[in-house]
Amino acid sequence: MNDASPPAPLDIAALREEFPILRQTVRGRRLVFLDSAASAQKPRVVIAAMVQAMETQYANVHRGLHWMSERTTDAYEGTRDAVARLINAPDRHEIVFTRNSTEAINLVAHSYGRGVLRPGQAVVVSEMEHHSNLVPWQMLRDAHGIELRVAPVSDAGELDMAALERLLADRRVGLVAVTHMSNVLGSYTPAQRIAALAHDHGARVLFDGSQAIVHRRVDVQAIDADFYVFTGHKLYGPTGIGVLWGRRALLDAMPPFLGGGDMISSVTWERSTWADLPHKFEAGTPAIIEAIGLGAAIGFVESVGYDAIAAHEAALTEHALARLSVIEGVHVLGRAQDRGGVVSFTLDRAHAHDVATLLDRQGIAVRAGQHCAEPLMRRFGVDSTTRASFGVYTTGDEIDQLADTLARVREFFA
Amino acid sequence: MFEDLRDLYQEVILDHGRRPRHGARLAAFDATAKGDNPMCGDRVQVFVRRDGAGRIAEVGFEARGCAISIASADLMAETVAGLSAGEAQALAARFRDMARSGEGAGDDAAIERLRPLAGVHEFPSRVKCATLPWHALLAALDGKGEASSE
Repeated sequence: MNDASPPAPLDIAALREEFPILRQTVRGRRLVFLDSAASAQKPRVVIAAMVQAMETQYANVHRGLHWMSERTTDAYEGTRDAVARLINAPDRHEIVFTRNSTEAINLVAHSYGRGVLRPGQAVVVSEMEHHSNLVPWQMLRDAHGIELRVAPVSDAGELDMAALERLLADRRVGLVAVTHMSNVLGSYTPAQRIAALAHDHGARVLFDGSQAIVHRRVDVQAIDADFYVFTGHKLYGPTGIGVLWGRRALLDAMPPFLGGGDMISSVTWERSTWADLPHKFEAGTPAIIEAIGLGAAIGFVESVGYDAIAAHEAALTEHALARLSVIEGVHVLGRAQDRGGVVSFTLDRAHAHDVATLLDRQGIAVRAGQHCAEPLMRRFGVDSTTRASFGVYTTGDEIDQLADTLARVREFFA
Repeated sequence: MFEDLRDLYQEVILDHGRRPRHGARLAAFDATAKGDNPMCGDRVQVFVRRDGAGRIAEVGFEARGCAISIASADLMAETVAGLSAGEAQALAARFRDMARSGEGAGDDAAIERLRPLAGVHEFPSRVKCATLPWHALLAALDGKGEASSE
């Protein structure tokens, strides 16, 4: 993961050519898109793959005995292979397609939570979870008698590992479900150490990789995860397609989530039996075109290369922190040592929504609000923040534009 | 740089957003309600004190939110003082129309006082910031505890 020689710098100008939307103007200005953590823009290869599938090889999957269905099934299943390769899953059958990370977590909360965890056991989340990795566990707690424990985050925005260990000490925790990278603070969590700690205390571990996998290579075997989830649309792919990876033994032991077609082995009036993995968890016609788009997105990310992506974004983040920290009244949330391309901040005397509206007038798209992480906002004593997030196509010039404009926003509200 | 935003952020809005005159819980009140915009996290609680005739004597509020929502709450508190519940409801309806369309709503003193907020109609995502305090006021007058911006 840490190559000795630094990766070749990205040819950003060429890379940006691959994203047609970046040529758009907003309010008469060139779009400065700093909201990739909410959803990333799509490269031409993804758009083309989806269009090509619909124009040349489309039918339902796993059903037809005809040429078109077989070709479409090949393409759909090809993405499963691509995902397995991307995250180094040992077995392609452990890759389950879902609608997004939220659905993947709900699947685990439902099938593993109710099917395997027992009332009286506990689930641990962290203080910096997106609501998608919090609310499903609250629902499990209320429906199934599972205790929900919250591992605190330090003022620097890092997971408090000592506190996590204390939460695990009574060995009643069945699952640790934490983010691999905060969508607000940008902090990475030490996945390998968390997994080791959880396993030492008899717990399984799920990582919400929605943000992390965009910025850094993920190896589920190296970190020794039990479940890993991510979504396609943040990884330069389409909406409507996400991934759950789980160890085969765990997935095998879990009851299905949704019932319907494609997930059964046989059906009679009395009972049904379940299909093998992964189909047991893929009821109904899946997001075929979107899965094909995700396959193209993975190909795109691999062609750029994680080493180059990580180096580019580390440089951008460092630049952003340096520029923002010298603007009077700007306060960046969290200062984790290990962080990705997401920077949240407040500006004295100006609410995040007002900041976002002014930035938008200059064509700069950021996110403002609570970022689906209301408890984390409360933890840091803020109502809302403005968040700038970066992708492979983000440039240092765009960060300069953000910083220059912010200085003017400050004057506006001074 | 932001000259084209002066319609939205007029001086009166910046002023009342920064230094609201009615931005406090009333020591004594007859009705209260909270308003919540879960999409953005804006939150306001409105307090209403009535006079002997049942008219609105005073309105105060506690809020967290943007300049638009704070200014709107403050100008609302100012303009509904002295109104009956029915008159406040009528003003709320006219204000809502003005916030959505940017125009109309009459030319009486109360609506003219609120007119600086008409600029939000050009910002669909910000209309709710302006109308949230009014939803909370109506909920308080109706005896409901909660209002949402929906």
